[in-house]
Amino acid sequence: MKPSGLNVLVIDENRIRAAIIEDGLRDAGYDRVTVIDNMHGLARCIANRNPDVIVIDLENPNRDMLESMFQLSRAVKRPIAMFVDKSDEASIEAAVEAGVSAYIVDGLKQERVRPILKMAISRFNAFSRLSRELEETRGELENRKIVDRAKGLLMRSRGISEEEAYALLRRTAMNQNRKIVEIAQSLVTAASLLDPGGKE
Amino acid sequence: MTTRHAITAGFVPLLDSALLVVAREMGFAEEQAIDLTLLRERSWASIRDRLAVRHIDVAHILGPMPIACNLGLNVPAPDMIVPMALGLGGNAVTVSSALWQAMADNGAKADLDARVNGAALRRVIDRRAGPPLRFGVVHPYSGHNYELRYWLAASGINPDRDIEIAVLPPPDMGNALAEGVIDGYCAGEPWNSFGVLRRGGHLATVKAAIWRSSPEKVLGVDARWAKTNPEAMAALLVALQQASLWCSQPENHPALAALLAKPAFVGLDADLLLPALSGNLPVGGGVVQTVGDFFVPNAKAATFPWKSHALWFYTQMVRWRQIGHTADRQRIAAETYRPDIYRAALKDHGIAMPSASAKVEGALIVTTPVGSSGALTLGPDGFFDGGRFDPDDIDAYIASQSTG
Repeated sequence: MKPSGLNVLVIDENRIRAAIIEDGLRDAGYDRVTVIDNMHGLARCIANRNPDVIVIDLENPNRDMLESMFQLSRAVKRPIAMFVDKSDEASIEAAVEAGVSAYIVDGLKQERVRPILKMAISRFNAFSRLSRELEETRGELENRKIVDRAKGLLMRSRGISEEEAYALLRRTAMNQNRKIVEIAQSLVTAASLLDPGGKE
Repeated sequence: MTTRHAITAGFVPLLDSALLVVAREMGFAEEQAIDLTLLRERSWASIRDRLAVRHIDVAHILGPMPIACNLGLNVPAPDMIVPMALGLGGNAVTVSSALWQAMADNGAKADLDARVNGAALRRVIDRRAGPPLRFGVVHPYSGHNYELRYWLAASGINPDRDIEIAVLPPPDMGNALAEGVIDGYCAGEPWNSFGVLRRGGHLATVKAAIWRSSPEKVLGVDARWAKTNPEAMAALLVALQQASLWCSQPENHPALAALLAKPAFVGLDADLLLPALSGNLPVGGGVVQTVGDFFVPNAKAATFPWKSHALWFYTQMVRWRQIGHTADRQRIAAETYRPDIYRAALKDHGIAMPSASAKVEGALIVTTPVGSSGALTLGPDGFFDGGRFDPDDIDAYIASQSTG
């Protein structure tokens, strides 16, 4: 794809996500990309850069400030919210769904901007997916620790092997229609109540 | 079997989100068979965007904003209606300790009197050298912006020439004040109590002193949703009305402050939420001032969506050149507020109802019983400068407005 020449400003307080979007835009041939991750001097930055397109995370609390700046702007290039003609509800929905908000200078053809928005949406989604996976991995690690502690308790108190302890937890979970980690957690909690000073 | 209604409401973490929060948390929504989901947002822009794509059906929203949306000033937005207000009052103007000192040297008093303190601010500005004072407001289409400008202009200060007004998120106001980025701000609670108690600010005046019993947040509803869900809409108004009564009872204030203090709602200490509920406001320097009608959740028809309120907001959009005045636009503004839906939903619930849908604002000097179904009193509702707004004579009001 050849460089489009559009001047793109990415505003995101999440530096990692901002970097991911910047990379995506550069890979797609947009070489005039500016990223800012703090809101101090936002007005000056916009005045200096005079961007054609501004991409900002939907949840950014400074969006009301940003929109009011556009309203007051006496510049010729006055940004407006994307897809104001409501002709493209699917795009608006995809953007809001992904947590992307964008402003383009009035008069700029939407066809020229659409790839930027698409890129931002897919990168935002990829970022959320990554964050979610990271959360899940963290959760799994936590769960494994709890199960290990429960196994240790059973092994010591009943003199059984690790395999037998795990089988016991699994059987109890199945009988009670609960998760293994829930049974393990109950056991760990109960043990600490019965013997608050004791080591497992 | 009762039909259940699923409603998703957006809100911004502010004290006057109380009616929606209480409707959900104290069981008033459940009593009306409503599964009420609350979505916390950090800007009015994202409330608007989520309404546009139907992530939310209704929202706690700035009173002028649905009008701005319907006038095409705030896009992308769906057509919106306002079938209920979420209380009256609740804002204040906080200034830095340096500006307060200068105002006090020029006659400002801690009693929050809008006339005396406005005149003091004017003298400070007249004698000031250097860059103009900067004030923060929360949104261009907000009661905050309009009441601050009204106060300044009526005090002989031109809000566009003599000072600078910038938009900031409310949670940033206190820090911006402490850092000297701004000299004052007009915001809703708890951000004034926060500025005074945590960031060394001082109250200059309050919304209730500029215009007593004046409109603030409303229930903004996606008109598409209202059209296809009239029963859910009516049920929600009943739940919110009951929530407003609960919020108004002083014995519930500690519990309400504790509820709003939770991170899922406002997420600030309860001591910052109680002043607005009790009307005992910390003004600065350890002084507490009792303000009548500081925030009114239920009394004085506080949830009634007066067309005169919608029209006053519209005249301020015209005054501050956000839009040019035409008869058509005036009609769109008036039709955004829907007292007819309010009446239909609440008429069988023993709620005192005004007989008119618009009133002359600023006409009541004292509390006045009004001809209505049920016992209802209104007012006082005066503007501090003695101004009157007659919704039947918009052209004359617009013509008489100066910009300071």
